[in-house]
Amino acid sequence: MIDPAYTPAEATGIWVFLEHDRGQLAPVSLEMLAKARELASKSGAILTGLLMGHELDAIAGEAAHLDLDRLVVVAHPLLDAFTAEAYAHAAREVILRERPDILLLGATPYGRDLAGRLAVTLRTGLTADCTDLSLDAANGLLLGEVSGFGGGILATIACANHRPQMATVRPGVFARTEAERAAAAPIERVEVDIPASARPVTVVARHRQERADISRADRLVVAGAGARGQLPLIEALAGALHAEIGATRVAVDEGWAGRDRQIGQTGVITHPKLAIVCGASGATQFTVGIDQADLVVALNSDPEAPIFEQADLCVVDDLLPVVRALVAEFESRGEGAP
Amino acid sequence: MNGELHSLVCLKVVPKSEEVSVDRESKTLDRGHARSEINPPDMNALEMALALKDRHGGRVSLLSMGPPFVAPMLRAALAMGADHAYLLSDRAFGGADTLATSLTLAAAIRKIGDVDLVLCGEESSDGATAQVPPGIAAWLDLPQATYAHSVAFDDTRDHILVVREVHDGEETLDVPLPAVLSVKVSTNEPRFMDTARLVCLRANDPVTTWTAADLDVDPGHLGGAGSPTSVTGLGEVAGAGSGRRREVLKGTPEEEAHLLYERITEFLRSAGMPARGG
Ligand SMILES: Cc1cc2nc3c(=O)[nH]c(=O)nc-3n(C[C@H](O)[C@H](O)[C@H](O)COP(=O)(O)OP(=O)(O)OC[C@H]3O[C@@H](n4cnc5c(N)ncnc54)[C@H](O)[C@@H]3O)c2cc1C
Ligand SMILES: Cc1cc2nc3c(=O)[nH]c(=O)nc-3n(C[C@H](O)[C@H](O)[C@H](O)COP(=O)(O)OP(=O)(O)OC[C@H]3O[C@@H](n4cnc5c(N)ncnc54)[C@H](O)[C@@H]3O)c2cc1C
Repeated sequence: MIDPAYTPAEATGIWVFLEHDRGQLAPVSLEMLAKARELASKSGAILTGLLMGHELDAIAGEAAHLDLDRLVVVAHPLLDAFTAEAYAHAAREVILRERPDILLLGATPYGRDLAGRLAVTLRTGLTADCTDLSLDAANGLLLGEVSGFGGGILATIACANHRPQMATVRPGVFARTEAERAAAAPIERVEVDIPASARPVTVVARHRQERADISRADRLVVAGAGARGQLPLIEALAGALHAEIGATRVAVDEGWAGRDRQIGQTGVITHPKLAIVCGASGATQFTVGIDQADLVVALNSDPEAPIFEQADLCVVDDLLPVVRALVAEFESRGEGAP
Repeated sequence: MNGELHSLVCLKVVPKSEEVSVDRESKTLDRGHARSEINPPDMNALEMALALKDRHGGRVSLLSMGPPFVAPMLRAALAMGADHAYLLSDRAFGGADTLATSLTLAAAIRKIGDVDLVLCGEESSDGATAQVPPGIAAWLDLPQATYAHSVAFDDTRDHILVVREVHDGEETLDVPLPAVLSVKVSTNEPRFMDTARLVCLRANDPVTTWTAADLDVDPGHLGGAGSPTSVTGLGEVAGAGSGRRREVLKGTPEEEAHLLYERITEFLRSAGMPARGG
């Protein structure tokens, strides 16, 4: 076994990495904070937010009102844009000084980049892409629930002897709370030394696309590969229902919808009341993204399609005439509201 | 970069997800009946490496940690145009978490030597942690660029420009070599294997198998024994679809649409949402 950087006996407190961009905290950071508070109130741990970057006064002022006990701010000019190398270098220094018991990060591209690098430099374990977190009643260990094989399998993972116990958390799985502090949490500014060699990578361009956030949409109409050539119809159905469009990976690869509308393991986990899935086979990598829907409607011409196992209402037919008639009903009868 | 470009692609052989189940007694994964494939994004990483070789020359090595049955799949990947493959196969590697996996792969990369570019898939289809590429980079103390769509050399050929996907779009990174990349799934179209090349490979087998003894690592740092994390529970998500009604609406397309219309409006009403607006 690799020697731990520090032992469980030396470790205290729960830390949450507060990811931010353009002055905005990432939604997953707020979601994690809500869960972390729940864990902290069970174990009596102190909850610390870790904010890293450059010129952080405004966002630190805002973050200090979040539901946390301490805010640690690490500011440095070489942290102006996110690079995994510089962030991991700085985070490692702070972690070795402060010795948290638990460190949570969002399973975003930046969060995963930082976590994977940091875990190795700290010689500790990392539970990746958690869909739930709890504390073991017997020994207080952090238990991370993760899924694998495209969501078909759930495993619980613990890290017994190495600290910090690191976990990344899937965006969209925890509900954020509105809990706030009336009085700002104390802000502790920590100095770190980052040599130029610790930032080998330069971000030379950033191309932002306006991204739809379908993770909290109430209604979704989802296009799969079977919707080939029928996108206008799918859009008409979404329009009639005031629903957002979602897509399988195949549909996104075909260019029928943006990457931001991809549902599933490498896309978005959604929480709609209603999801109408048109021409998707129902691969587990896709269905993990609609598992939480209240009502799933599936249209597919293949009676054997696995999507029907995951649906409440099933229509085994060519989607074209069915969706066309459905759109006509919504348009002619209009309001279905009482 | 001194001399020719040497790229190394990490290929993980994974069971097809749909064919894996949980053995309820032993709480272990039953992969026995599952067919295997190379993790799909790793094929995109391989294609990216082969395209670089087409343009700039040099060679492509393959690296996989897995059981001996992986070797034929490495040969198929060699037949696509790679030059040499290394298979890390030893019971001691079994049960590795991402720390031990990345440590083992990094040790092999060090032993292979003179690698300019390590290319991985963005994540595996089984564990799906995406932690191995940054882990390899950290063990080797190399820069990383994950979720890459494309890579191009600058004039000096000792840096690369990588376009990669992040939360709100794309960013372009200037990365000095050597470096570790992870490649987005379906970012390119992997080429077919060259069957003539496959036949030629049979005669002159470029797959080197290494065991733990071949690597310069503490045996206690390998596999399950070297893994700080452990699985404390395992279950199949049968629950996901099992609560669904699976009610089939039958009729002509118009009748089906009408039944759907009624069910959907009724559902929306009961959920307190008008069918229109919201
Ligand atoms: C690492 C990894 C991650 C992945 N992540 C994701 C992810 O996040 N999201 C995702 O969606 N996928 C993901 N996938 C891919 C996933 O495994 C499937 O390949 C994908 O979901 C299939 O998309 P589909 O259902 O649209 O296409 P297909 O599987 O091709 O299904 C099309 C369906 O349409 C039906 N059909 C065809 N014509 C008609 C018609 N006229 N009327 C009605 N039905 C029709 C067919 O019967 C078929 O069932 C991932 C895969 C891997 C390996
Ligand atoms: C359901 C499930 C959940 C898991 N959760 C965790 C967890 O939370 N934490 C943890 O530490 N471990 C976890 N594991 C174990 C983990 O899957 C293994 O450590 C595995 O060896 C590597 O991780 P990965 O499959 O997630 O790779 P990823 O990091 O997702 O793979 C990315 C890329 O790295 C390369 N790569 C990965 N493995 C190999 C290999 N063996 N040979 C060559 N190249 C490779 C490939 O290019 C691959 O595309 C989990 C396993 C399962 C089945």
